[in-house]
Amino acid sequence: MSQTVPPAAARRVPPPVVPKSRRPWRSSTREALTAYGFVAPFMVLFAALLVVPLCYAGYLSLFRSQLVGGDVFAGLDNYRRALDDPLFREGVLRMARFLVVQVPVMLAASLLFALALDSGRLRFPRLIRLGIFVPYAIPSVIAALMWGYLYGPDFGPFAQLARDVGLGTPGFLSPHWILASLANIVTWEFVGYNMIIMFAALQSVSPTLYEAAAVDGAGAFRVAWHIKIPAIRPALLLSVIFSVIGTFQLFNEPKLLSALAPQAINTSYTPNMYAYTLVFTNQEVNYSSAVSFLLGAVIVVVSYAVQLASQRKARRS
Amino acid sequence: MTSKTTPASASSSTPRRSNILTLMMLACLVYFLLPLFWLVVSATKDNGSLFSTFGLWFGGGFHLFGNLRDVFTYNDGIYGRWLLNTALYAGISSVGSAFLAALGGYAFAKFRFPGRNLLFSIVLGSIMVPSTVLTIPTYLLFSKIGLVNTPLAVIIPMLLSPFGIYLMRVYADGAVPDSLLDAARVDGAGALRTFWQVGFRLMLPGFVTVLLFQLVASWNNYFLPLIMLNNPKLYPVTIGLAQWQSQAGGLGGAHALFSIVITGSLVSVLPLVAAFLLLQRYWQGGLATGAVKD
Repeated sequence: MSQTVPPAAARRVPPPVVPKSRRPWRSSTREALTAYGFVAPFMVLFAALLVVPLCYAGYLSLFRSQLVGGDVFAGLDNYRRALDDPLFREGVLRMARFLVVQVPVMLAASLLFALALDSGRLRFPRLIRLGIFVPYAIPSVIAALMWGYLYGPDFGPFAQLARDVGLGTPGFLSPHWILASLANIVTWEFVGYNMIIMFAALQSVSPTLYEAAAVDGAGAFRVAWHIKIPAIRPALLLSVIFSVIGTFQLFNEPKLLSALAPQAINTSYTPNMYAYTLVFTNQEVNYSSAVSFLLGAVIVVVSYAVQLASQRKARRS
Repeated sequence: MTSKTTPASASSSTPRRSNILTLMMLACLVYFLLPLFWLVVSATKDNGSLFSTFGLWFGGGFHLFGNLRDVFTYNDGIYGRWLLNTALYAGISSVGSAFLAALGGYAFAKFRFPGRNLLFSIVLGSIMVPSTVLTIPTYLLFSKIGLVNTPLAVIIPMLLSPFGIYLMRVYADGAVPDSLLDAARVDGAGALRTFWQVGFRLMLPGFVTVLLFQLVASWNNYFLPLIMLNNPKLYPVTIGLAQWQSQAGGLGGAHALFSIVITGSLVSVLPLVAAFLLLQRYWQGGLATGAVKD
């Protein structure tokens, strides 16, 4: 562990004078300066790695590079082009489709597992909890690689079994099934992570909340539905929003599988893959920046809509 | 399920274990462990038996040690170098980012200062910024100052963890009582010493949580090194294996790489799985705090 003290913080440490009041740092400029010292290392990095690149990308997205004459200001042309670009639109719609099917399935599974663990009725709860969580520790590259082999028509065990019983080779990697195959990989990776978050939230729900219900004769399912699930709404919302963000940014899994299924996954299969291709294959940095910004806008809008919907629901109940 | 009309005192004792529920969960567990089981089984096979034997059971001889030797000797033993690179990149950036998050989160939780809520909202909002939006301009900026294709190019961006600072703030709010800090101050301890000797100690489970999750994020990172590095000697293991895998498919008849890729994958996942198992007491507690408040 690094013991280095950030210089900014070190300088602003108040000298250990005998304090006059009981809370010498409180409500004073000294407290503020100390606090700035503590947050400064993070905020400097935040500015350098988040604010500056973001502004730079915004700046780039407003230009067009030409073979003759260098970069020319283009206004919002790149954005107009992206909105009309079928490759970008297809990618976003594909991710939206992925989102409305995969995320509910994944989170429902996470919630069921978390409720089962929380019920205290399971044998081997630790084994089950860790076993379901373990895929989270596997790099998505390795996950895609393993599932790619499992799906594979050659030595994939599912293909071997299907052939043995005379069903022919299943087309997990065919254009028709590839989105479902990807959804399966992502679900496999993240059910456990979301389960752990929900389980942790459930564990902190005060038992007095549902002991009363149990006295009133409410069954385990009714307690789960009417008391436990509403009580962990913040954790559920967090899971939904992280899933939304993750889905629209999908890159690793399709990129890895595209080596096995080039006819099913093209270079603009997801918006992120498209932005990558635009920069590193097409050399269209300016246009790629606009595409990334629009993707960011989609993510912000959808996340915000999820939050609003959740708040409205909370107010109604 | 039967409703339990037992008095409140009974509900504090453990409920009856359910065999049906346990069996259902164990069946689900098979799904989650199946690919890993396949990985372990396949790492014991040579290329020939990968194709000629059933994928989900051992067969065709035990070639694990031969495969391991192949993994660590192929391409002049570059795999070992990739593993070290990954350990170095992930180690430095996770310790660094957890430490920065601890400092910042502690200040956001325990001090009042102008702009506190605004700064924190901005940091929290930045969680929604997609990594592509950041990674590509960061690459362009790094290439201007000559950082591209150096280890720093993949370490520096991973030092920033907005979610980490959120988690540390929530954790410090809950785990560090004001009275203890006040006592330290009255004793004449400076702000930094108070943080290090009182605050940080109490925040340790949260710190380990952030560290571990940032370790996973760096260890498993693919997009950032894919963009930043093109020197195979600097590759982390994810990029290296992905490259070997694309070669394995491309070689067609001479598929000598499949067993290497599979065994290399197995070796690369062991450290993180071990870290999670060994440190579970810490991160489960740390996550609990993050999940409760919002």
